[in-house]
Amino acid sequence: MSPLLLILIPLLSAVAVAFAPRAAAFRVATISTLITLAVSLIIASDFGHWYDDGFGLVTELAWLPSIGASFDMHADAPAMWLVLLSTVLMPICVIGSKTAIKERVREYYAWLLVLEAAMLGVFLAKNLLFFYVAFEFTLVPMYFLIAGWGGSNRASASIKFFLYTFTGSMLTLAGLAYVAWRFAGASGGWSFDIPALTAFASVDLSATEQFWVMMAMLAGFAVKVPLFPVHTWLPLAHTEAPTAGSVVLAGVLLKLGTYGLFRFVLPMTPVGVVEAVPAIGALATIGVIYGALICWVQEDVKKLVAYSSVSHLGFCVLGLFALNPSGLQGSILYMINHGLSTGALFLLIGMIYERYHTRDMNRLGGLVATMPIWSAFMVFFVLSSLAVPGLNGFVSEFLCLIGAFSATPDNAQWPGLLGPWYAVFAGTGMILAAMYLLYLTGRLVWGPFRAPPADENSGLPTDLSPREIGLLLPLAAMCVWLGVQPSGLMRTLEPSVERTLAAYPELVPTQVESVAVLEEVNGG
Amino acid sequence: MVERLDGLVPEMMLLALAVVVAVLGLSKASSVRRAVPLLTAAGLFVAAWLAWGGKELPPESAGFLAPSLAASLRSMIAGVGGVLALVASGTVDRRLEHDVESGRMPFEPLRASRGEFYAFMLLSITGAMLVASASDLIWLFLALELTSLPTYVMVVMGRAGRRGAEASVKYFFLGAMATAMFLYGFALVYGGTGSMQLADIAEIVASRRNLEGLDMVTTAGFLLALLGVGYKLAAAPLHLYAMDVYEGASASVTAFLGFVPKAAGTIAFMVLLQTAGGENLPAMVVTLIWMLAVLTMSLGNMAALQQTSAKRLFGGSSIAHSGYLLIGLLAGPGEGWAATTFYLLVYGLMNTGVFAVLAALERRGSEVEQVSDLGALRHRHPALGWSLVACSGSLMGFPPLLGFVAKVWLFLAAVQSGHIALVVIAAINSAAGAWYYLRMMGMPLLGAEPSEPVEAAPSPWPARAALVIGVLLLVVPFFADDLMVQTREAAAAAVMVLGN
Repeated sequence: MSPLLLILIPLLSAVAVAFAPRAAAFRVATISTLITLAVSLIIASDFGHWYDDGFGLVTELAWLPSIGASFDMHADAPAMWLVLLSTVLMPICVIGSKTAIKERVREYYAWLLVLEAAMLGVFLAKNLLFFYVAFEFTLVPMYFLIAGWGGSNRASASIKFFLYTFTGSMLTLAGLAYVAWRFAGASGGWSFDIPALTAFASVDLSATEQFWVMMAMLAGFAVKVPLFPVHTWLPLAHTEAPTAGSVVLAGVLLKLGTYGLFRFVLPMTPVGVVEAVPAIGALATIGVIYGALICWVQEDVKKLVAYSSVSHLGFCVLGLFALNPSGLQGSILYMINHGLSTGALFLLIGMIYERYHTRDMNRLGGLVATMPIWSAFMVFFVLSSLAVPGLNGFVSEFLCLIGAFSATPDNAQWPGLLGPWYAVFAGTGMILAAMYLLYLTGRLVWGPFRAPPADENSGLPTDLSPREIGLLLPLAAMCVWLGVQPSGLMRTLEPSVERTLAAYPELVPTQVESVAVLEEVNGG
Repeated sequence: MVERLDGLVPEMMLLALAVVVAVLGLSKASSVRRAVPLLTAAGLFVAAWLAWGGKELPPESAGFLAPSLAASLRSMIAGVGGVLALVASGTVDRRLEHDVESGRMPFEPLRASRGEFYAFMLLSITGAMLVASASDLIWLFLALELTSLPTYVMVVMGRAGRRGAEASVKYFFLGAMATAMFLYGFALVYGGTGSMQLADIAEIVASRRNLEGLDMVTTAGFLLALLGVGYKLAAAPLHLYAMDVYEGASASVTAFLGFVPKAAGTIAFMVLLQTAGGENLPAMVVTLIWMLAVLTMSLGNMAALQQTSAKRLFGGSSIAHSGYLLIGLLAGPGEGWAATTFYLLVYGLMNTGVFAVLAALERRGSEVEQVSDLGALRHRHPALGWSLVACSGSLMGFPPLLGFVAKVWLFLAAVQSGHIALVVIAAINSAAGAWYYLRMMGMPLLGAEPSEPVEAAPSPWPARAALVIGVLLLVVPFFADDLMVQTREAAAAAVMVLGN
């Protein structure tokens, strides 16, 4: 089955939803996302490259050959997993919006479907311009979702979100255009083929060129991740977005940044990366601790979960720049896990908000008395988010930390440039996470019951409705599965990860030497 | 000299049409009068088609620019000009026609200015097309003046009352100063090289550069000429008029001012740069254009950021886009000018589309201007609302709209010519521009409905033009390759001419 379907089905159904009768919009959107999910599962089942480092699903579709643009697609195992994550989360987002969204329903679902098409485009693109088009195109639906259906501060949140990410990615485009230009000089024509450009850039660009290209790419991807100190758009956007918007934002959109780092920065500019690893590692570690500390003082539940994303994604980046397989595997696994557990937390908070129209911790408490099922899920996903062994978060967080810990220059097989100190500092983030998340649970779930009067018009039962339970159960099941049996998924990541890291075992020692020489010169 | 006329058939046809249109505008039959804008547009589309055929002209019939490049440029100006004529239908004589129709008074030719308006429009477009065929400095000067002079009058005619007059006077005096500047520059170039013929000047410049370097007089001449022509582009530092004039003129005339003089200026830049060395420009000229580009895009974007008037906002945007065009011009003949030509066409469509939306709306018979007036536009006028979204998004350079394709090509060409810093500055500028374009995208979709609703203007053509442009911006990017290849081939010929 052609991967084109994964983009065409959501796009065409977006048009269909926009013109469908109002009452049918929800149904059309639900069916469309479910079909996309089914198609993605079929495609995944005959993907054929789960256990090797090859790219499957290669599809070619010409667009503008004169500037090297095309709609070519491909995917390797990590990309396939992220595609599956997106297609799994989308029906949940759509069904989860059924009672929350009451006005301009058709537009809302149309934008959600456009967003799905754009996200899948990012993970499947084989052409850099196609990647860029899809990467940017995630902004428009998200902007309209926040600006059209968001909270009270939505205007400034949506604009901030858009401008931050657009600015960063313009610089990314400039950097990638430079690579394409150098490639055109060598091969005699514009091409934006990602594998070709990656192979070319990693070998033929000088150290200075690689460094600046890497900086340009970081400008776009670091904002999206978001890496400290360019994270400030995220809490606002998350807090103001409608529930489904937050779920997609946390679940998939943030991963576009880490995926960009994995797919482009690491393999394309290895010489630049080894120079920047300590700095990026430091920023990631600061992000982990800083995000966690801010979570601790939040009164707004949604904001707390939003800042926890800053903290969690810090682990993810740290794992990527550990430059060893355990770090990278942990990081990719983290992308999926974070999507599941944080997505679920946003859903849970959305369910409370629909009932009580508040997210203020001071006005909510002891909900276990009236909402035992909700409370059970809340405790479960909080545990998953704070990386309790046995649930999904633990494996990935542990691997990221192990990766950073063992990434020392004298590591025989996979020398790295981080080391125990980075792991120790980032590790405190785990403790802080336990503190703020358990504090959150303590206030919301336990203690004396307090809540504003419930909304009579919401049409929802006091505790969760079967529809809501149905949304959370699959997520919970996946959290358990990935916590107990992550090795199956991990094995599929290994080949691609090792391909991505191929250049590093040789580069890292030279970098260490040159730094040593430089210090000697300066010292003497 | 007679063979030169072979290459000017479309221009001569347009001049004849200008006379016809001027007379028909005074006809007693209102159906004839109403057909004038359509006739103008039809004539322009025919001229565009004829000019496209001029690619194969023999050298003795062509001007200094390579015939294929000149043909693409002339055809593009006439084509977009046709759309502009449609957008302008219903701009002039609105009250007079209203009175005649309601039977309050008979038609009085002395009060009518419709015929002249479209005649001037045709003259101005003809001027811009002639710039592309220039072979000597006098031709270039006259063609540029033929472009500008009618526009001063059009600004007054397009809008009754003081504001049109004020805008026109501002436009005229600054324009006169710019004319003086480039005329002085031309004189210095003549003084430095002793020739009026562009081909001779190019030869002298090239040979001198190989021997002792270009002399100060000629260099100063080129610098002054480029600065003066920069006025037509609304390039900094002569950009200050643009926002005032755009605001004062009626929307359809603003659309015209945003494209035709700018196209003429861009082509005049190509002619002058080709004369001054093409790919091998004197360092001072490169520095000048580099600075002009940076200043123009930055000041334009900055000026647009805080506007509450939609016309001023898009005025600032139009200045910023001149900055992007200058980047393409600096990138040199060949890839750079191919990208510039394509960008100019795309810019012409987007800009016309935006002002067509404004021209298609009115409130109690007067124009709609404020950004807030466009709030929730898509509820009452879905086609106009979505067209505005498409045009603004395209101006922003948002993928996959046509503006994105044009911008990518322009940036690629600039990177290819080694102007990487310039591309980075342009990228930052594009991001800054996103701020106000996003406002223009959000306003028609999510904005609050204005307290007094806006209505559709009487003429249906601006709305139709806006809709067609909106659809084109969305659809053409997927089929633009042929057009891009042809533009590239046309511009490649410019390099070959230089090589000889």
